[in-house]
Amino acid sequence: MTSERYVFPHKHLLGIEPLSPRDITALLDQAQAFEEVCERPSIKIVPALRKKLVVNLFFENSTRTRNSFEIAEKRLSAEIINFDADTSSLNKGETLIDTAMNLEAMHPDLIVMRHSAPGAHTLLSRHMKASIVNAGDGAHEHPTQALLDAYTLRKRFGRLEGLKVAIVGDIRNSRVVRSNLWLLTRMGVRVTLVGPPTLVPQEMKATWPSIEICHDFDAIIPGQDAIMMLRAQFERGTGAYIPGQGEYSRFFQLNPARMQRAKKDVAVLHPGPINRGLEITSDVADGPNNLILDQVTNGVPVRMAVLYLLSHPHGEQVP
Amino acid sequence: MPAAPCPMDPGQMEVALQQLATDLMAQVGPEEELVLLGIRSRGLPLAERLASLLRARTGSAVPVGSLDITLYRDDLTEMVGSPIVRPTEIPFTLKERTVVLVDDVLYTGRTVRAALDALLDHGRPRRVMLLVLADRGGREFPIQADLACLRVEVPPGHRVAVRVKEIDGEDGVTVEAC
Repeated sequence: MTSERYVFPHKHLLGIEPLSPRDITALLDQAQAFEEVCERPSIKIVPALRKKLVVNLFFENSTRTRNSFEIAEKRLSAEIINFDADTSSLNKGETLIDTAMNLEAMHPDLIVMRHSAPGAHTLLSRHMKASIVNAGDGAHEHPTQALLDAYTLRKRFGRLEGLKVAIVGDIRNSRVVRSNLWLLTRMGVRVTLVGPPTLVPQEMKATWPSIEICHDFDAIIPGQDAIMMLRAQFERGTGAYIPGQGEYSRFFQLNPARMQRAKKDVAVLHPGPINRGLEITSDVADGPNNLILDQVTNGVPVRMAVLYLLSHPHGEQVP
Repeated sequence: MPAAPCPMDPGQMEVALQQLATDLMAQVGPEEELVLLGIRSRGLPLAERLASLLRARTGSAVPVGSLDITLYRDDLTEMVGSPIVRPTEIPFTLKERTVVLVDDVLYTGRTVRAALDALLDHGRPRRVMLLVLADRGGREFPIQADLACLRVEVPPGHRVAVRVKEIDGEDGVTVEAC
């Protein structure tokens, strides 16, 4: 466990990239304490964020991330405002900064934001006193997803260091992958990226030198402790990079035949939403190795930990 | 209860815990179902030791849980930097149980107030008792200990330092300047 005197040094959670291994461990340890709150038989609410105002600012569609944040906020007793981009002045031409300044005038303590533009959060953080939590920015980062993936893996295996994890599929368009790569490589996990050459940019090795890149899924399956399947994101243009969905499934789908080649206790993860029958078959997605719903469950205590650690600002914080 | 000495050495602390176990048994009726909740950090090892003393005498196991009160502190909103929360572990029901809150030192009463709020979120006990090793006075809330083996007036600027071997490597109680 982290020592009592440790103080989380960041004002915002803009991504995993600025976090040290100690910060990551502190977040995961805190999530463990909040899991107890979520698993209580009676009252699953603690007064930790009483009198704090949290604004959920979603400029992009999201169901599970937004719900998960909202549940986390409620379990911490925060006041919540849901700012719906569809009904806001954005449609009338207001800029992000103007929207932010209007929110700032309401004195929020925390802003949870999803935006399609990479770096939108960094921009916002320069204009606001509130702590900003990145709930996804384009194909850049999705830090709470990486934290809940790591939490799920640590809970399942008791450690992160030395684990072998394959991340499979649409690497190019995935913000989940980027956050996961920062986190997993920093915590000593051996990561292999798997997918067709068009969807796995070779230059990623320049940013994360310890990773492996492989285009032959079958070849790397036997050594992996966990396989993290990604959603083929056709709404983000995945289709332009592959010959067709049938061919994609033939080489990169996790199905019972490929599970035969895997370790008996391999963990199967997926950030959702699942394309059943495309990147993963139903019998694997619902099978005994899957941790997909555990990931959803763990998202709440992980987000509680993030909100809690950012909720008490102090003097010498770094972004 | 005979007054325990202050400071205490490890042997005297063992005697004090024995005495607390005796006094606790005298205050709890045979029909009551007892559980101990140790307030983190040092209340937890004290609760575990009391449980083994009680088991040695009665032959039946007393469940022990741990309580972290950080999220229920009345000064949490004003704090600078979020204090690290450690897990609360209560793997049994509190409903209709006699809950004994165990802590090392009773001072302002604010920790106990927070602990009462925390435990009520886990269920509605039949009654709650407070057992501490040392009561140093200086209360800011209307809270008193049911059982304390050491009652000591401590001058301002000093603290009662309880050490337990599970955390500090040795047992002992001293009064120290802060």
